[in-house]
Amino acid sequence: MTIVRISDDALARAGGADKLAAAFEKKGCEVHRTSSWGMHWLEPLVEIDGEGFGPATLDDVDAILDGKSDKSIGTIEDHPFIATQTRITFKRAGKTRPLSLEDYEATGGWAGLKRARQIGSEAIVEEVKHSGLRGRGGAGFPTGIKWDTVMKAPGPQKYIVCNADEGDSGTFADRMAMEGDPFALIEGMAIAGEAVGANQGYIYLRSEYPDAIRKLNAALELCEDIITPFKCEVRVGAGAYVCGEETSLLNSLEGKRGEVRAKPPLPALEGFLGKPTVVNNVLSLQAVPHILTEGGAEQYKNAGFGRSRGTMPIQLAGNIKHGGLYEVGFGITLDDLVNKIGGGTASGRPVKAVQVGGPLGAYIHPDQFDIEFDYETYTAAEALIGHGGVTVFDDSADMLEMARFAMEFCSVESCGKCTPCRIGAVRGVEILDRIKAGGRERDVIELAPQMHNTKKDSGRDAGDEIGLLTDLCETMKFGSLCALGGFTPYPVMSALRQWPEDFTRNPELVKQALPEAAE
Amino acid sequence: MSEKSELLGEIIARHHHREGPLLPILNDVQAELGCVDAESEALIAKGLNLSRADVHGTVSFYHDYKIKADPRPVVQVCRAEACKARGVERIIDKATAAAGERVKIETVYCLGLCSAGPAARTGDDLHIRLDEAGITKLVENA
Repeated sequence: MTIVRISDDALARAGGADKLAAAFEKKGCEVHRTSSWGMHWLEPLVEIDGEGFGPATLDDVDAILDGKSDKSIGTIEDHPFIATQTRITFKRAGKTRPLSLEDYEATGGWAGLKRARQIGSEAIVEEVKHSGLRGRGGAGFPTGIKWDTVMKAPGPQKYIVCNADEGDSGTFADRMAMEGDPFALIEGMAIAGEAVGANQGYIYLRSEYPDAIRKLNAALELCEDIITPFKCEVRVGAGAYVCGEETSLLNSLEGKRGEVRAKPPLPALEGFLGKPTVVNNVLSLQAVPHILTEGGAEQYKNAGFGRSRGTMPIQLAGNIKHGGLYEVGFGITLDDLVNKIGGGTASGRPVKAVQVGGPLGAYIHPDQFDIEFDYETYTAAEALIGHGGVTVFDDSADMLEMARFAMEFCSVESCGKCTPCRIGAVRGVEILDRIKAGGRERDVIELAPQMHNTKKDSGRDAGDEIGLLTDLCETMKFGSLCALGGFTPYPVMSALRQWPEDFTRNPELVKQALPEAAE
Repeated sequence: MSEKSELLGEIIARHHHREGPLLPILNDVQAELGCVDAESEALIAKGLNLSRADVHGTVSFYHDYKIKADPRPVVQVCRAEACKARGVERIIDKATAAAGERVKIETVYCLGLCSAGPAARTGDDLHIRLDEAGITKLVENA
């Protein structure tokens, strides 16, 4: 019987994979629902004997089975998009059935946990440190050092919390990891538990990912006996972006408003319910089982670039021809990512801007596309790699609108705890609206005789408003408690600096307001 | 006891043993009643030995919880950056026009389908690569 492999990833299902699978079953084929290879422009992708056909529709079923389909992409593993990757975190992507324990074990599953149990907590932490793994949630904090802190923290009760509140637009690696390889995440958490002495884990998962919720719950039930005495539970969020911030997430997990906590105390010492807690991103924990296999740490470390060790699952999103998941050992340039691997824009128009790192990441101009993917290099360029999302925009994008959206998003999602973020974002939207309108007339307050310092003879032009925006961004950047308010200025200011013509008819005004941009 | 307080009692009992039981309870209440109203807040507060202010504080923080149930079908449309880059703003007017008063169009920020937007969600079903015709059909069938 012909074995047909079709992904049951949410994206493939949204593209009609379920109906396609049913059609192949009706033709007498054995259908295996696997994880997704990550080539999203080809989903739903049908695989028969290693050969791929996509994007497949119901009309293609007969032709595929007769070997006459014009949608063949050849052997999937040899496809340049796959062959040029270094897949460690996503080593099972496309190859296994997500909820099959048999498939998981056959591909090296649980080996990391078994070895971790043999070598003991201090050796586990040493190996994670040696691997150079840094938090994949965005901040890039060394995972081994975090574990070390929790391991040494006193207290009988400790927790492992997985941050699966992947709210950044342009990112979907967590979703794919949880849906495609849920046991690896659970194994990673069990290893973390072994390392720091925690027997309870929580996966805080956003409500926008129904498929991931279902799969992880099913996976936890299946492997309950394997991970015991470690216990783990899925907790579903309620639609608050800010809960991706670790302290806000902990408050939410406790059943409180998802407001950010001031640090210190670090969650590593006083986290969930005040107990020492490891909070790690899905991708960090997902990388752990491999690191803990024999020689895995060394292999992981060797895959890196500069001080960014290991691999980064990069997500190619937005207006890109070949979007999907691209895991690579850092160091790759944006030009390679967007133009070579991504094939340029989906619309066929020129690339105007690329936002790296989600809604809080800077917009990068094609002139800077030689920048290498690395935590330190991006920080030096006033940008961030964040969770590794790369969102491409074509030349129809209006950068003033995108800057305004960044502020609007921040105002909608602000937790309200600190003033620069809560009020600054609202003011930011207003200022950008005024810049769009080319400034504004004098208002009643300014004309009042008591207001000695206001200009009486003219209104405020766009240049004045741009000066004010710059000032506001400075305040938000340095005055906010967490990254939401603190990083919203990145997209706003990068858009303003590089596309001043989208903000005002007279870009000279921007140069005057931003002396450093003129250099 | 009213039907509602019975149901709430059941939901509270389901999650009472958990560490931090409030969000799981609220998620279930929202799912089963379509809202978390003041009466539910009071009952949950009593069941968990919290103040009503505590519960209301949490309820009012999260976008998913509604004060009043809305019987209309909901289509959630992603309007975050990646879907904007793929043209959601050019089709959203069509969706709103097709929805009229009958269907509720909600904005969400990111469904994790960023390489194949514009994306939308109805119930637990996801939809990708929407164009004007696609989103109109989706709204009409909601």
